[in-house]
Formats: sequence, structure tokens, C-alpha cells
Amino acid sequence: MAEMIAEDFLEEDTQKNKFLTFSLGNEIYGIEIKYVTEIIGIQPVTEVPELPNYVRGIVNLRGKIIPVIDVRLRFKKPFMEYSDRTCVIVIDIQEISIGLIVDSVCEVLVIPEDEIVPPPSVNGGASNKYIKGIGKVDNSIKLILDCDKLLKEEELSNLTSTLSEGVIS
Amino acid sequence: MAGNYSNESMLDLYIFETSNLLEQLEHSILASEKSNHISKDDVNEIFRIMHTIKGSSAMMLFDNIASLAHSIEDLFYFIRENNPREVDCSALSDIVLEGVDFLKVELEKVKAKDPVDGDAQRLKETIADFLNKLKLQNSSAEKVSTSRKETKKNSVEDLKDIPEDIEEITEKIPEEKPRYYIAPNITEPPAALSKKNWYKAVIFYQDGCEMENIRAYTVIHNLKEIADKYIFTPEDIIENDLSAQVIKEQGFTVVLRTDKSYEEMHEFFMQTIFLRELKLEQIEDQEDEPVMNQYENALTPQIPVLQTVEKEEKAEKEGQPSSSSSAQQSIISVNVVKLDRLMDLVGEMVIAEAMVTQNPDLKGLQLDNFFKAARQLGKITGELQDMVMAIRMVPLSTTFHKMHRIVRDMSKKLNKEVRLEIIGEETEVDKNIIEHISDPLMHLIRNAIDHGIEAAAERVAAEKSKAGTITLEAKNAGSDVLIIVRDDGKGLNKEKILRRARQNGLLAKSEQEMSDREVFNLIFLPGFSTKENITEFSGRGVGMDVVSKNIQTVGGSVSVDSVEGTGTTITMKIPLTLAIIGGMNIKVGNSRYTIPTVSIRESFRPKESDIIRDPDGNEMIMVRGECYPVIRLHTLYKVKTEVTEFSQGIFIMVEDEEKSCCIFADELLGEQQVVVKALPYYIQNLKKDNELGGCTLLGDGNISLILDIQSITRLVKK
Repeated sequence: MAEMIAEDFLEEDTQKNKFLTFSLGNEIYGIEIKYVTEIIGIQPVTEVPELPNYVRGIVNLRGKIIPVIDVRLRFKKPFMEYSDRTCVIVIDIQEISIGLIVDSVCEVLVIPEDEIVPPPSVNGGASNKYIKGIGKVDNSIKLILDCDKLLKEEELSNLTSTLSEGVIS
Repeated sequence: MAGNYSNESMLDLYIFETSNLLEQLEHSILASEKSNHISKDDVNEIFRIMHTIKGSSAMMLFDNIASLAHSIEDLFYFIRENNPREVDCSALSDIVLEGVDFLKVELEKVKAKDPVDGDAQRLKETIADFLNKLKLQNSSAEKVSTSRKETKKNSVEDLKDIPEDIEEITEKIPEEKPRYYIAPNITEPPAALSKKNWYKAVIFYQDGCEMENIRAYTVIHNLKEIADKYIFTPEDIIENDLSAQVIKEQGFTVVLRTDKSYEEMHEFFMQTIFLRELKLEQIEDQEDEPVMNQYENALTPQIPVLQTVEKEEKAEKEGQPSSSSSAQQSIISVNVVKLDRLMDLVGEMVIAEAMVTQNPDLKGLQLDNFFKAARQLGKITGELQDMVMAIRMVPLSTTFHKMHRIVRDMSKKLNKEVRLEIIGEETEVDKNIIEHISDPLMHLIRNAIDHGIEAAAERVAAEKSKAGTITLEAKNAGSDVLIIVRDDGKGLNKEKILRRARQNGLLAKSEQEMSDREVFNLIFLPGFSTKENITEFSGRGVGMDVVSKNIQTVGGSVSVDSVEGTGTTITMKIPLTLAIIGGMNIKVGNSRYTIPTVSIRESFRPKESDIIRDPDGNEMIMVRGECYPVIRLHTLYKVKTEVTEFSQGIFIMVEDEEKSCCIFADELLGEQQVVVKALPYYIQNLKKDNELGGCTLLGDGNISLILDIQSITRLVKK
């Protein structure tokens, strides 16, 4: 028992401050390694009708059906054709598995806590709602994603938009 | 944490095991009641079941369950030992079934993690009474067992009349049998003697616990604290190792005097480790001496006599658990989650196999041996897939046999003679489905007895046999299972149904237009009940609509057929399994969709001339004089496809309940059994208005979306 707990701690500890970085256009983003289950190449995606455009559909991951979202489209960047470099990062958040389509995966980095600064709030902070912090590694900058918001924000905004529509009408 | 977990699973196991045993017990008692004769095998089985329940309940510290099981066990022990000629089978069944009911209620409490606090005292008394009666009737047969088996006497004796007697006796015993006497550590003041009770306890240890003599000594050691005088047999437990054998066979007998009450003593002895059976009785004081004597006489000289009997019994006992345990070991219970996982894995393997054997790299190569091996692999994976499916299937027999009980109870209460006939109980259905049909089936049977079968006099007047018959039949029909409940009662009265429907405002059509079947199906509407009086069993008008709702949730349907005067037949059509459906795969552009085969009526290629367009641009098609709306899947789902002309694609006419429509697709890919998988939660959340019933994996690893026909036809309505 005690050993198990120690192991847990150890695992937690080895995952701490580690980030998987991936590129999206010119920027490098990072997500906490504890969310990541695996990285796979791009797969044939089955489209599911009537979904927001950034949800590309579902893929069959060894018998498990998971949705995939295109992070480019999610961040309202222009769509880019998928290539050999395109990767799907499978992340696990609160029992929900989801695939993130990114341009390419870079590396796993250790970014100490004191190297991460909160994102600057630009014009009320609407533009960086998915960014949890900004990590500095050497001279480059990594944008740390807030995975929870990536998935949850949409529902919230959906709700608020319908609410505001209601008010207008 | 680890401890908690293991306890949890032990509890699960206990619940599982006990409920299984109770079902078995119910089954055998009903069977013996029917034949009005309780066979030796049945007695043995019931005894064994009760014994197991008692043991495991005591282990889990459910004392009330254990004690009730114990008294039923006692009862059957007597029957087994003495084989009484005349047993009132019906009364015996009543008692045991009542006990079973009690145990079931307690078990539910265990499941719900409520305190297990039912009071079995009344039941236990009933059982004791019955046992006494039996003994009186069979007193002649009781010779051998008297030494081992006596009725418990719960009565508190009136001791005040005979204080001198006790004193005398207490003195006498040590004189008579000094070697059995161990001096108490504490000398009691004589005044306290009047409150003392004498008890006799016989302790049996579990088979194979070993070192019975040492265990017995532990009891004696503990006894020193609470009893001031005690005698035990065999007496040389420490010195003589052979005494272990004697204890094994005859139990360890202690006679003691204490001021504790019966309950307290019982509790004391129940704490004994590895206790299999305890017989504790209070010895009436005036008979103290004779009892002691008789008991001494009975024990010491009878040992050789008893030996043979005991040995036979021993052999019997040993034979039983070994056979039953081997029977139990051929079945294991597996967590359904593991099965689902296994099914997923096999599905993956099938896909992986397709990826290997149909690999594009192999194109154009002459590989005879490879394809031979690949075919072999394909065959094995196919078999594996079938087997995994088969694992989830459970025969209906347990569900069906539960109905025996309902029929029995109801026919007794309603004073109707009803026979239940079961056909095709071996039919297998997916486990999830079985859980859903048990309740509907119960409702149907109750309804059939209460509303269907007439009273005996009425039946005779109608020239029918006095006893009504209910037939419960299950059979396979393609990928469905039909469960049919048929009674030979008075049938449904169309007029009555219509009148009731009119009263409750349930009629949607004019009465003349309705077919017989439609009229009968009115009884499945909520709030419909033709029975004037509400009885304990049915008549509240909730039964039938619950039936149809429950069946619908598992994707089945219910229909009624009836001939007035001769009976009613209710047919439930349920799919074999929820996890697998027959589906037609269709193609639209690059996407694949699956339509459940049950909803497909036909597929055809239309003639352009049959297409009708209304001013709003809605398309319809005329088929055999009926007009159906057309749904173009590619426009509905905004899929790019080359096939937009009706003459190039194909129409699939689908039907849900009363509504029909035609779906336009590029082409049919073929029919297939598909494993239904739910859409990911994330997607479900995004799509509020869902026309997709789920998705499935095709043989080539692609995902096909399953269309929910019900919501598609609803789409047309809008």
C-alpha cells in the first residue's frame, strides 16, 4: 500500500512541469503531459453531420471511438491540408478521450514553474481564454493550453449565446 | 483500503451466491409441492442450501438470516434423518417459501447497504411448531435421533418451586460422575443458585477444520468465565487425540449451569470459530437428573451403535458437497465490463486481420500459402467472435422459473387452479435484456391469472377443464426471440375494452375503423384497466403500459391476440441482444451509414415519373398508390456525392411504428450484424437533436453511423 502511494507520488512527480509541445502555424503550444495518452498519425476520420466545423468527426482508435477536433480550426486559424507530419494527440480529460489534430508534435519539455508567467490580458482577455500561461524556454515562447477550457468553453459560450439571443429576440 | 475492497467483493459474492441458492431452493420446493411429494434428493438439496446460507450469513455477521436459515435447516435435518411418512407438503412449502421471502427481503437490504434488521422470530416459531408437529406424528421414527436432535425449548422455566431440587442435583452430579466434573474457580453463594439454568449444548465443527479437540477445549476454557458447573463429553479432549474424531462425528456436548439467559448462551456458543451447527437447549430443572442420566446413557453406550449410522450419514454428506461443488465450478461469474472489453478486443482483431489479409502491399502477388494461412486465421477469428457473443447469452430458464412462484402464490390467494407450462426455457437472450423482461413477464402472468383465468365454477360451466393453464413459451425467430404468454381463460372482451377506452378518452380513431388487433392493443395504453375491482395483484391500470414500455426500451414490441371465451395470447418480440443488431450498410459519398434491418421495409430504384414535388420543394414518391416523403441523406447531412439523380441511387423505405418514409442513398453495401457503440460523450453533448443511434465499426475498420429511424421519420413530420 505504502509503496503504491509512493509510486503514485513518483509518477506525479516525474510528470510535473513536463509539457508536450506541438506546433500550430508559427507558434509552439504546450500541454501538460499528464493529459496525454498517446500520439498517433492522422487517421481516416468519419464525419458526423451537424457539428461545429472544428469537430472533424470520430476515429476508431483500436475499437474505441473517439472524437477528434482540429485545433487550428478551433483557434480560428485557416485550415491546412493534413500531411505526414500531421498528428493526433489523444488526451484524456475527466474520463473523456479526445483527439487533437495538430500540425506536428515537437518534443517533451520541462518548464519550471517559475518560468511560466500568466498570459497578458489583451482587451479584456477574450483572445487568450485557452491559454493558461506562457512558458519561457531559452529564447522561445511556448503557449500553455488550458485543456479543460478547450473542451468546456464551447458549451459555456453556446449557453451564453443562446441566452443573449433570447434577450435580443 | 485494500481491506475494504476485498470485503466489498466478498459481499458481492455473498449476495450473488445467496440469491442463486434462494432461487434454487424456491425451484426445488415448488417442484416438490407440485408432485405433492418431497423426494430425498430435494430434502438433501434444501438442507445443503440452507446450510450454506447459514454458514455464509454467519460469516458476514447477518445473524438474523443465519438464525432463520438455521431453523429451516433444523427442520430439514429432521425430515432427512427420520424420513417421516406423512409430511404436509403444502404447509411445508408455505413455511419454506415464507422463509425464502424473508431472506430475499433481507438480501435486498444487504444490497442496498441498509441495516439487516428483519425479525425472524415469528417465522422461527412457526417452523419450530411445524417441526414439533412432525415429531409428534413420527414419534416412533425418532429413536435414533433423540440423542442428537431435540426441539429447542425457549420457554423460561419456573425455577422458584424447586430450589432444593437443584441443590440436590448439583451435588449429585459430581458424585455420580466425578470424572466429568471440573471444579468451578469461583464458589457461588448458594442463594444465587435459584437463578441458575441448566443448558445442554452440542457443537458441531465444520468439516475439515481439524483439531476439533483443541477447539473444544477453547470453548471449555471460555466457559469457565460464565458457567459455574459444567460437564462435557468426550471428556479427555486434551489427552486423547482420538477424541477429535468423536467430536467430528457426534459433536461436542457440554452440559452447564449458568445464570445467563438462553439468548446469551446462544450468542456465546455462536461465537465459536468454525462452528457448523449448534444445538443449544435449556434443560428443565425438575428433570435435571433424569435428563443428565438419560443423556449420559444415551451418549456413552450408544456410541458404537450410533457409529454406523453416523458413518453412513457422513458418506452421504461428503458425497454431496463434492458433487455440488464440481457442478458449481463449471460456472464462473464474470464482470460484464470485462466481457465488453473482450468484445472490443475481438472486434479490433477482426479489423487487424482484415488489414493484414487485404493489405494493399499484397496486391498482385502470388501467395498461395499466405492466403491459406489467412483463411485459417479468418475462420478462427470468426469463431472467436461468435463465442464472445455467445458468452453474453443467458438462458431464460431462471426468469421463467420465477413465474412458478407467482402462479402458485396467486392461485392460492385467488382460489383458482392454475397450471403453468413452460416451453423453450433454454432459449438464450442477452443478459441485459433478461433484466428488462423479468418485470413485464411478471405483470403478464399476474394479469393472466387475475383477469384471464376464470374461477373454477365458471370454467366448469363453460365446459373447460377446472384448472386453467398458462403457457409460457420462448422461441427464436431470426434475430428476435418471441416470448409468448398464453392463457385459456375467458379472453378479451372487445366491447368492454372499447367502452373503457371511451370512458377514459383513449380512442384516437373511430370505433368502426379499428381492427380487432388495434382494439386489443388499447390495453397497452397508460391508464387502462377493465377490471372493476382493484385487487392486490392487478387492476391498477399501470401493468400493461409498463409492460409495453419496458419491452420498447430493449427494442422489442408487444402484441395481443385473443378469442373471447378461449383465451388470450400476448406475444413479446425482443431482440436477441442489444449490443448487436442486424443492419443494412449504405453509402453516401464517402460516408457509410447503417440502418437497422428491423425498420427497413424494402429498397428499390425509383422511376423518375413516380417522383412528386410540391411547391415548397418537398419531394415525395408514389409507391403502390401511397405517397411517401423522400429524405435525401446527402442534403440532410451535407455530404458531397456524385449521385444526386434519383435514377442513379437507391431508395430505402423505412418504417417506424405507423410512419414511413423513403431514404435516398448512393448504394447499398450489404447487410451485416453490427456491434452497436455509443457515440462519444463529447459528440453527444454537441449534438442535441440526434438522429444518430450510435456508430459501429465495419470490417475494414471504418466507422459507420447508425441512423435512428424513429427520429428521422419524426424529421419528416416537421
